[in-house]
Amino acid sequence: MSEQTLAAGESERPSFDEHERTFLQKIQHFLHSNPAAVPLIVLVVSTIVFAFIIGPRFYSAFTLTLILQQVAITGIVSAGQTLVILTAGIDLSVGAMMVLSSVVMGQCAMHYGFPGPIAVLAGLAVGTLCGVINGLLVAFVRLPPFIVTLGTWSIYGAATFIYSGNETVRSQDIDATAPILHFFGQSFRIGGAVFTYGVVLMVVIAAILWYALNHTAWGRHLYAVGDDKDASLLSGIRVSRVLISVYAVAGLICAVAGWTLIGRIGSVSPQAGQLENINAITAVVIGGTSLFGGRGSILGTLFGALIVGVFSLGLRLVGTDPQWTQLTVGALIIVAVATDQWIRKVST
Amino acid sequence: MRFPSIVVTTLIGGAVAGAFAAAPALAQSDSGSGGSSGSGKKASACLITKTDTNPYFVTMKKGAVEKAKELGVDLKTYAGKYDGDNQSQVDAIESCMADKANGILITPSDTKAIVPTVKKARDAGILVIALDTTLEPTDAADATFATDNFQAGKLIGEWAKKTLGDKEAHIAFLDLATSQPSVDVQRDQGFMVGFGIDPKDKNKWGDEDDKRIVGHDVTGGAEDGGRTAMENLLQEDPGTNLVYTINEPAAAGAYQALKAVGLEKQATIVSIDGGCPGVKNVQDGVIGATSQQYPLQMAAQGIEAIQKYVETGAKPQKSEGLDFHNTGVNLVTDKPVDGVPSISVKEGLDKCWG
Repeated sequence: MSEQTLAAGESERPSFDEHERTFLQKIQHFLHSNPAAVPLIVLVVSTIVFAFIIGPRFYSAFTLTLILQQVAITGIVSAGQTLVILTAGIDLSVGAMMVLSSVVMGQCAMHYGFPGPIAVLAGLAVGTLCGVINGLLVAFVRLPPFIVTLGTWSIYGAATFIYSGNETVRSQDIDATAPILHFFGQSFRIGGAVFTYGVVLMVVIAAILWYALNHTAWGRHLYAVGDDKDASLLSGIRVSRVLISVYAVAGLICAVAGWTLIGRIGSVSPQAGQLENINAITAVVIGGTSLFGGRGSILGTLFGALIVGVFSLGLRLVGTDPQWTQLTVGALIIVAVATDQWIRKVST
Repeated sequence: MRFPSIVVTTLIGGAVAGAFAAAPALAQSDSGSGGSSGSGKKASACLITKTDTNPYFVTMKKGAVEKAKELGVDLKTYAGKYDGDNQSQVDAIESCMADKANGILITPSDTKAIVPTVKKARDAGILVIALDTTLEPTDAADATFATDNFQAGKLIGEWAKKTLGDKEAHIAFLDLATSQPSVDVQRDQGFMVGFGIDPKDKNKWGDEDDKRIVGHDVTGGAEDGGRTAMENLLQEDPGTNLVYTINEPAAAGAYQALKAVGLEKQATIVSIDGGCPGVKNVQDGVIGATSQQYPLQMAAQGIEAIQKYVETGAKPQKSEGLDFHNTGVNLVTDKPVDGVPSISVKEGLDKCWG
């Protein structure tokens, strides 16, 4: 897990700085170069604590893999969100793109009579197109990403309702006509552990993005744009092209999440996924990615999503009221951002 | 997996509210040019729904538009931008006042915050009828046309009790939201009373200590929330054999969770709403029984009441024993039990909405 950021270059500081560092500063420096470390520690510690409190009901292969199933959708969407936030942007329309894509898949399969795979491709294409529109508006019209996606969030959301006529396609009808839409809901067992293909997909997407971010020019450019747009421009990076590609990939990932969503909830429902943009931002932030761009990692986001999953189910099994789960997740967000601020001080 | 909706409100909701605050709610004119009921006066009315996306409100609007055409009432319809959008509803009432409407039908998004604006409209001589959701206090409106949600819950509770028979019940409650809006509480507590569980304080769920209760979790009234909540409660008690759900999308999600672990035969799901996909799910055995409500009737009767008010000055009456006019609820199931009146799935499909 060799997470790196541009700032990792700081290790080339003159050596006389090294022995002046206090223990705390060393920790700070370590965390700065390894953005996924904090969420990983929190994830492991919280899992162990809940295992102690609740016992085998929590610490079983079944329960732990259930958490994976519960976070799969958010995990996938927040992978796309991470890319956008790394460029110092934000995408409020991720949930809307996800639901629109799933509705397109449902309509194509059920009403236009397209074969399942074609319906899926149509949904993926629409998601990507939505992302491209976001990217064009950010890169060329130069509107702030918050405003662009605030607008497209409403537009894609309304388009979903208008296009679908608010109609829910039921699980049984999908099974009869286009079972491929349920593909990512299917599961396989390894002992007591149950994995859906959606969970596997989440891990695969994270792995691909991890590679792309750390070992391709595109990934390094993405970090550079997020860290300092002007400097990136001056050093010859085609910033607009990077931005458009980032939003397009985010759109595609959301469409894939839409496909996975159909597998999880069985039906195609325009009412589903209403909070997915918030869920995704929460996972990214708890995962240690900086909202100011340029610092963070895809693995951190995965851990962030899992942390929320562990707390949600853990608190549930402890027997607390659902309201306390909300409160706890809220506190986690504050702590995560405060920690990020503290870690960032290392570079000043 | 659940995330704090408070973040929605602060981070995003606030921004949305800000962005939309300046824009007045969109009015859509659906003035009826059809036949008149013979009255000399032509009434004008407004329908203000929470949103225009939810199939429930779409049906409500359809009911109002059709009845307005039939009676020759001049109808304008408005909707909030999202559930909870009070500002757009305030703007809409003000537009209706400026428009000199005779009556307003409103499904309030914020049952308390809208009250001062409603009072202004009533002071201006406009008949205000709350649809589906009562204002707080209820008498802030001239009348309320709504489903008796407590009765809707009670019906599925009684049906479940008879259906389970002597079997020991393990009941999971899939509710709406942690804020426990009144519809959430009334349905949940109605179910408990119907099933024979002591609901303790009838103004909230979660304070009961009956051993048959597995637990409560919230769903947001949608499939994804229903699935996660069911998974959570199954972790608490894999022997769950009865599932109360706030509405049919949540029930569909719960069914997926049960099916994923092969327990769909073990547990009976009951629900409330009576939307067409939900009634079809009763037909397919996904849901055991559902209480059907009638949004089309609410709106149609509301339009009639406004027409009558214009003609005679008479205001609508309350149903006996209730502080609102009950627009009716029926239990839909193909497995009827003795002592609990119900209608067949076929009849339910004829009357379903959405």
